[in-house]
Amino acid sequence: MMMEAPAREPVNFAGLLKDAVLAAAIAFGLFSLLLGLKTDQTLNNQMVLVPRPGLLATVVGLVFVGRFLIGYWQAINAGKIKKRKAAATPLALKIEKYGTAAFVGFLFVYPMMVLGTAGPSGAIKWIDNFGIQILIYIMLGWGLNIVVGLAGLLDLGYVAFYAVGAYSYALLATSEPVKEFMAGLVGPTFWPLWAFWICLPVAGILAAFWGVLLGFPVLRLRGDYLAIVTLAFGEIIRLVLINWVEFSGGYAGISSIPRPSFFGVPFNATESGFAATFGLEFTPIYRTIFLFYVILVLALITAVVSTRLRRLPVGRAWEALREDEIACRSLGINTVNTKLTAFAIGAMFGGFAGAFFAARQGFISPESFVFLESAQILAIVVLGGMGSLLGVVIASIMLVGGVELLRELDFLKAYFGDNFDPAQYRMLIFGACMVLMMLWKPRGLISVREPSVFLKEKKAVSSDLVKEGHG
Amino acid sequence: MDDPPAPARSPRAPAPAERRILMRALSDPILKVQNLTMRFGGLVAVNDLTFTAGRGDITALIGPNGAGKTTVFNCITGFYKPTTGRMALRHGTIDIDAHVERLTDTPNDHLTSADGSLYLLERMPDFHVSARAKVARTFQNIRLFSGMTVLENLMVAQHNPLMVASNWTIGGLLGFAGFRKREKAAIESAKYWLEKTKLIDRADDPAGDLPYGDQRRLEIARAMCTEPVLLCLDEPAAGLNPRESLELNALLRSIRDDHGTSLLLIEHDMSVVMEISDHVVVLDYGTKISDGTPDQVKSDPKVIAAYLGAEDEAEVEKIEAEVGL
Repeated sequence: MMMEAPAREPVNFAGLLKDAVLAAAIAFGLFSLLLGLKTDQTLNNQMVLVPRPGLLATVVGLVFVGRFLIGYWQAINAGKIKKRKAAATPLALKIEKYGTAAFVGFLFVYPMMVLGTAGPSGAIKWIDNFGIQILIYIMLGWGLNIVVGLAGLLDLGYVAFYAVGAYSYALLATSEPVKEFMAGLVGPTFWPLWAFWICLPVAGILAAFWGVLLGFPVLRLRGDYLAIVTLAFGEIIRLVLINWVEFSGGYAGISSIPRPSFFGVPFNATESGFAATFGLEFTPIYRTIFLFYVILVLALITAVVSTRLRRLPVGRAWEALREDEIACRSLGINTVNTKLTAFAIGAMFGGFAGAFFAARQGFISPESFVFLESAQILAIVVLGGMGSLLGVVIASIMLVGGVELLRELDFLKAYFGDNFDPAQYRMLIFGACMVLMMLWKPRGLISVREPSVFLKEKKAVSSDLVKEGHG
Repeated sequence: MDDPPAPARSPRAPAPAERRILMRALSDPILKVQNLTMRFGGLVAVNDLTFTAGRGDITALIGPNGAGKTTVFNCITGFYKPTTGRMALRHGTIDIDAHVERLTDTPNDHLTSADGSLYLLERMPDFHVSARAKVARTFQNIRLFSGMTVLENLMVAQHNPLMVASNWTIGGLLGFAGFRKREKAAIESAKYWLEKTKLIDRADDPAGDLPYGDQRRLEIARAMCTEPVLLCLDEPAAGLNPRESLELNALLRSIRDDHGTSLLLIEHDMSVVMEISDHVVVLDYGTKISDGTPDQVKSDPKVIAAYLGAEDEAEVEKIEAEVGL
């Protein structure tokens, strides 16, 4: 057979029609009673059957057309030879390289852009709800990416480290003994102003410590078992926070957490506040912009560190662990330590993000650290493509920004009535997106792997070859 | 201590060269396996196995399917903890017999003297066997990091020295020059092995994309990147065509001659075993049935019986007559 020009077979319309008619007939059979008839009540409280031929015809018609189109699409694609993915991949690496630089540049001017277009009062929503919110998830995604994407350990309880970071900061910053001790040491105004900057590394270290603590018992577990234990760990942390009321305030949470200062200059309307110091008119937007840059820098640190780690022996060992643990051990790699470092470093970034979250909100409660958060972060990593930093960014914008955007769709009320709230449909859309992604790109949006070292030419590794790990 | 070569029924005086080689296992051993037994529940996979591998030798472990060869490998490389037995490996010229009892009485897994070090492999976790005792291995079913490039595979093999050079990640993260220099050296070493295994052109391709024969050679290159004193190869010629088999023989010889690495190999392909090994140990049902030079083993009736399944002497004689011995 000649390979170069595969003759496209003529589309078999008769067959397609037959198929579509069959599908329509099945749909008619299924829906004739389900949709075609509706029981209703008359004014005399009698039950009557209301036939709905229009609805039934629409549904059957949709099935007919849909089946026909799917069949046609399959028929015209059947002749095409599937292109090898690996051949076209350097493009993806290029996109990742230049796309990243352009995106970081955009992020730095983003608050100014929004401020210019929407004005100080309108900009808060765009910087806070979109900018900061998405960046927190990007950072969490990058942190979890170390554990799941690189080391291949499925962690369903990542939100626990986020909670540890948030509570570390909240408890330390609001603790009276610490405040008094610091007041005795360096003066009374010091601690509220500097608490965030001192507690940020502490929160990271504490989260890393809890990462190691979780790591020890789960080292021997794989796959489903690992996932379940990490899930349980996340729930344990949340339940302890709820039930140990003296320690964490229980459901009430912790409020009036000090906000971060501009390196000692508070964001308030006083004489010594940020606006007065820099001769600006006071508006709350400065704090929001500052918080935006703080999380941007934190997220960039996460990205730079995890990119560098990938090229270091420890990062290569993580990826090797994901590929084949037994081979790792035969090469003298201490897999226990390697897994623990992955857990610890991933948790540390979760802790940083948590401390930032507490400082930004000013109030935290266990409600913020439910399993759904873990699932969302994991969804971001999986959707983005395991191991890809840019993929995580795209997925965060899609998932977090998408939900926020739903809130903006108020005009839909004109069509669906005043009771329609598009944000209520976010889980449905979220689920549909996941299903579509798994069908279309099961390994995530950016599914090629970039080699950490190369001799002559950097070639992307096709996702077909990269393993998901045993976790 | 070491069993004498099993007496051949048609005694044939070993050629002087052969005798010298067999003496090496006795006079300059690198690994002494003593009374190794491995039980899995009621199944005795390896039964009281004692043998010695000489330094600079290619020692072949052969036997029919299920004879326990891979189990022996897994014990030596620390993947299994043997039920009983001792496996002593030495670096340098330290006298194994003089020190091994003393070491066994201590809780330590190694002993260092002026002449070198002695390791008790059965006491070490698997990654220590590779990292400290310098015993590398390959696997019967190839275990490469298929999603990583060929070069990356070889870099992972140099994990431990690179880890030290990167100050356990901190120096590497800060970009210290010492780490970059060491990494360059690691790439050079990887390049050397890629050239040696004729894989240099595929250095940047994912390992999972290589053809089977190349994957086998890459696994050997990866094991050699850990700079082992003893390389354990589990069926390196399985699935290779005759030309690739010949190339493999040359590669293994060069590893032995140019790098001073001793080899221990499991192999079914007799053309490889008889061609390159200096010393052959035959297992059957977990028990050693023969030990000697390839020629001695080849003519050992017990070996022939084990391989051909003959049970009584008369039948063995008949088969021998048929194969022309």
